[in-house]
Amino acid sequence: MLDQSYYNKADEIIEGYGRKAASLIPIMQDIQAEYRYLPGELLTYVAKQIGVKEAKAFSVATFYENFSFEPKGKFIIKVCDGTACHVRKSMPVKEALMKELGLTHKQHTTDDMMFTVETVSCLGACGLAPTLTVNDEVHPKMTPEKAIDLLSELRGEKV
Amino acid sequence: MGYMTIDGRKVEFTDEKNVLSVIRKAGINIPTLCYHSELSTFGACRLCTVEDNRGKTFASCSEEPRDGMVIYTNTGKLKKYRKMIVELLLAAHCRDCTTCVESGVTCVLQSLALRMGIQEVRFENTREIRPLDMTSPSIVRDPNKCILCGNCVRACEELQGIGALGFAYRGTEAMVMPEFDKKINETLCVNCGQCRVFCPTGAISIRTNIDEVWDALADPNVRVVAQIAPAVRVAVGDNYGVPKGRSVMGKIVNALHRMGFDEVYDTTFSADLTIMEETAEFLDRVQNGGKLPLLTSCCPAWVKFVTDQFQDFVPNISTCRSPQGMLSAVIKEHFRDPANNPDGRKTVVVSFMPCTAKKMEAERPNSYTKGEKDTDIVITTTELIRMIDNNGYDFGMLEPEACDTPFGLGSGGGVIFGVTGGVTEAVLRRLSPDHTKASMESIAESGVRGMDGIKEFSVPYNGIDVKICVVNGLANARAVMDKVRAGEAEYHLIEVMACRRGCIMGGGQPAGAGDRTKAARAQGLYNADNTTIIKKSDENPLVIDLYNGMLKDKAHELLHVEGY
Repeated sequence: MLDQSYYNKADEIIEGYGRKAASLIPIMQDIQAEYRYLPGELLTYVAKQIGVKEAKAFSVATFYENFSFEPKGKFIIKVCDGTACHVRKSMPVKEALMKELGLTHKQHTTDDMMFTVETVSCLGACGLAPTLTVNDEVHPKMTPEKAIDLLSELRGEKV
Repeated sequence: MGYMTIDGRKVEFTDEKNVLSVIRKAGINIPTLCYHSELSTFGACRLCTVEDNRGKTFASCSEEPRDGMVIYTNTGKLKKYRKMIVELLLAAHCRDCTTCVESGVTCVLQSLALRMGIQEVRFENTREIRPLDMTSPSIVRDPNKCILCGNCVRACEELQGIGALGFAYRGTEAMVMPEFDKKINETLCVNCGQCRVFCPTGAISIRTNIDEVWDALADPNVRVVAQIAPAVRVAVGDNYGVPKGRSVMGKIVNALHRMGFDEVYDTTFSADLTIMEETAEFLDRVQNGGKLPLLTSCCPAWVKFVTDQFQDFVPNISTCRSPQGMLSAVIKEHFRDPANNPDGRKTVVVSFMPCTAKKMEAERPNSYTKGEKDTDIVITTTELIRMIDNNGYDFGMLEPEACDTPFGLGSGGGVIFGVTGGVTEAVLRRLSPDHTKASMESIAESGVRGMDGIKEFSVPYNGIDVKICVVNGLANARAVMDKVRAGEAEYHLIEVMACRRGCIMGGGQPAGAGDRTKAARAQGLYNADNTTIIKKSDENPLVIDLYNGMLKDKAHELLHVEGY
């Protein structure tokens, strides 16, 4: 069960967009922006409030890669795997990150909730390939080594 | 309005909503998996693709007819496309046809594979095998047989307004499932089984209880008693070349006697009991200021809909048991009397229903009397056909037989329960002071008949204008209930059957019925009424006997529930 504050926040967001089916996506986006993920309980709550069937809301939320029911880490690392990045070996970068953080295809976030590693299709920075973003900040021309260094740098911020 | 040329022949069209309907009207049964005239057009399966005179191809379900159109339905290119579509669907589909319950007549995918002449599937099935959902007493969901046509999703949402199923994920990961991959019994599913009616494969099928019946029949210490609902008799014949909608009640009774049923009764009899009780309850509520509108309680899917989503109206639901519940309770009580059960056998009641939700109703805590389950096993029409086939009876050769006494006779009012408006019509007959032909006709013409989703009308009774609403389809019921809740509509009585057109199109009936079959089934029940001497429930002599006998002090205990 989520804390009541989550529902209050959801109410506030719902009021901003109006109780109609068309508000579903913007509401989900705002909730995700607030909590860095979309809590399943809130999806159920929002669906009921705006008069959308829960299965339908779930359908929309799972259709878009961007929505996540899993809580994400403090640092969200998006490794670009668009064509330009892919041919410039972006996958070894991602694999190095995953190995270093002990992540798998099923687990995208570290147990200490510090890092989330995801793949995205194109960040629009093909000239800087291979590239990745950390919380929307672009890091160009990555290599597996640079990626590991980046992690220690980010870990350093923790202290 | 206009003309189009289909495969070189001129075809007239009027108000058809798409090219597909015009093609079918012209006698070409173009294949489809995702198109149903009662559902919204989805355009997913692409099997109905046709070609125009410029070589352009388009899905005929999603194209409006235009005057002067020239289309071809079976060019070489199209044949190749269609075959490839079906082959690809088969590639990602469980192919255990020999053990699939929908194999044979009901699986559209299988019949299309045959039609397209597919003898080889060149691709490997790379889909992950997923577990079956066996949590519902009514339906089984096998995701491995799903072809993503979305018929179940649209039937549940558009016809029933429930939305228990939806698409999830995308692309090759796409699947049909309830929200958060919940089990079906954790959703707002009302067990109506319409998803199964619209499913073109075995992805959603009826949860079968046939083996339990065979076990009971094989046990010498058990008396097996059957009851047959009205709508069953006009649908079983579909499978045996009987003209659509023709009642084959006598043949069914014969088949059940041959199987070894000790007694075969007619649920029409307890439909009469329902009318007696429900009319009394209705008059009591009207005269003594009880909760109105009275909501009918015969349809378990509707009752679950109210208890799930309109809890504030639960006190409005009639306390009458459904006809299934009433007859089972009466049968059990009858055989509790040692005079009727000299050999002391255990009684097992098997009810034959057009309905998957009845399986759920039988499990409800309020479907027990004296600690004993009223209805032991519920068998749908589709399963009954399977049982007849299992025993190898030549249906055409079965001579008609009559039901057994003392619960084997129903009035005309009881038999029309199976079609929307039937319950209300029977109530109105009960309220009518006489049984002349003229008064029966005036009731039939009061607005109670017809296949509209929502029918509103009023009839005068003892100085008041009784306002009635007759609904079929739960999406329509939701619209009516929202209005009632908001105070925008007022009724004395609301009759709801969850399935469109009523029980004749229930979730347990043979699937694949077209418009003519639907109309014929309704007519079949009205014909059964027309050929019955006793029209009114209160004039059924067996009902009168029962009230003077067993029900004298037990009517409430056997015929009503304590709550929902």
